Amino acid sequence: MEEKKLLNISSNPHVRSNSTTQKIMLEVIIALMPATIFGIIKFGWYALVLVLVTIIAAVLTEFIYEKCMKKPVTIGDLSAVLTGLLLGINLPPTFPIWMAILGAIFAILVVKMLFGGLGQNFMNPALAARCFLVISFAGKMTTFVYDGVVSATPLAALKAGESVDVLKMFLGQSGGTIGETCTLALLVGGIYLIIRKIIDFRIPLFYILTVAVFVCIYSLAARGGFDGQFILAHLCGGGLALGAFFMATDYVTSPITHTGRIIYAVFIGCLTCVFRLFGPSAEGVSYAIIIGNILVPLIEKITVPKFFGKGAQAK
Amino acid sequence: MKPNTPLERIYNGIIKENPTFVLLLGMCPTLAITTSASNGIGMGLTTTVVLIFSNLFISLLRKIIPDKVRIPAFIVIVASFVTIVQLLLEAYIPSLNESLGIYIPLIVVNCIILGRAEAYAYKNTVIASVFDGFGMGIGFTIAITILGAIRELLGAGCIFGYRLIPEDYNITILVLAPGAFFVLACLVAIMNKVKMKKGKPTIDTDACKSCGLCDHCLVASEKGGDRPCSR
Repeated sequence: MEEKKLLNISSNPHVRSNSTTQKIMLEVIIALMPATIFGIIKFGWYALVLVLVTIIAAVLTEFIYEKCMKKPVTIGDLSAVLTGLLLGINLPPTFPIWMAILGAIFAILVVKMLFGGLGQNFMNPALAARCFLVISFAGKMTTFVYDGVVSATPLAALKAGESVDVLKMFLGQSGGTIGETCTLALLVGGIYLIIRKIIDFRIPLFYILTVAVFVCIYSLAARGGFDGQFILAHLCGGGLALGAFFMATDYVTSPITHTGRIIYAVFIGCLTCVFRLFGPSAEGVSYAIIIGNILVPLIEKITVPKFFGKGAQAK
Repeated sequence: MKPNTPLERIYNGIIKENPTFVLLLGMCPTLAITTSASNGIGMGLTTTVVLIFSNLFISLLRKIIPDKVRIPAFIVIVASFVTIVQLLLEAYIPSLNESLGIYIPLIVVNCIILGRAEAYAYKNTVIASVFDGFGMGIGFTIAITILGAIRELLGAGCIFGYRLIPEDYNITILVLAPGAFFVLACLVAIMNKVKMKKGKPTIDTDACKSCGLCDHCLVASEKGGDRPCSR
């Protein structure tokens, strides 16, 4: 066997990594588990049903589409499971089931399969579906029930000028979508992914850093002084951690070069802040990331790596 | 069916070369005003009237208009009729005039009208041109009414203003701009599927001649071999 491997003649690449799409997707799903389980415990069994329904709807849509189009069935690569899970934890805990199913179908059918399946989607399917749902059912998507009462999310409270408890936000004691509230759980998952080398630390780091710097400048310029609590609340609040670690780092829709990734992360960081601070709604992570996704081909165009020995004649 | 007879022209406009579903012309009104079925009918019929009269006059004047200035001449004729129609709408159906708004003056630049003038009325007899305008106009009206009805039904829960679906079940995005693209894409896909089932070629080489984008046309090259179509 070993000898056969040595004598085997083939075209390059000769050295292959062990990782497969399935393994990577599984790692990301594992990394999402702390936040998901936390959300389910916090919001109750309905949240569990909601997450399971979006996963099943996403996988079934992919399966049925591929059967109908007589294409190889690719649900085994777990990417549809991940899309369903990401969409599920991006929904408010009291969201109607049929709307969630509609969102999952939109994510897989329109955003992913119609453009050619995994690797061809031009934006993150789960986020695109979230935006679809936000536009379609604005009322339902922004009603957050926490502890039996409809409450504003910390970011909405901040926008209204109220003060928030940052420690509670960090530990997830506030309203929001199923998976976004506990920054600590998301941070654990994100660091796990970085240690396992599934995602590049550059995108989350520069994304969060940009948001911090932007909010800091805003706080100095418009609020008349440095306000640490305001900055921390923006970093812990809303979908920033979820977006930075799990959505913006999607392989298909993020740049491949290091410089490209930094440009991309800084860009979506600025957009997020513009939407949050100057836009009509309190949250802007999802729109910022999908706009970033659309610009990825352009970012790749300006960050093409130079060949060894070339580039000197550019002067 | 014999070419250039009135009946053939109407069939051509509604089915074979439907301006919205087959030629994909006049996308601006198609996407922008089809938020409801009644808007679709209003826009479609207004365009039909302009189309019939502009085709009629361009065909009548086709031997007088010099080749070099034909486009400005077409635009003058089309703009005159659009102005007449707009004044009539303002006088007699002010509600429609209000809901269509800026899109009525924009009929002047609708590709269907200029396209039919250039591709058909300028080269053909008066009777055939009038029926060509009628067929194209009715094809356009049917298409955008269907589009408007689907968007209104799913997005706002009504058809022609009558509520069929309770407000809680409306998918608002369909009455907004992205919804127009979704619904139009689905309808064109269904139309193509039906046409392919019939075994007809999906592109019509006669219609191809006036397009001029042969070098970039993959559809034509698939049909004719490995090279882009070389009419």
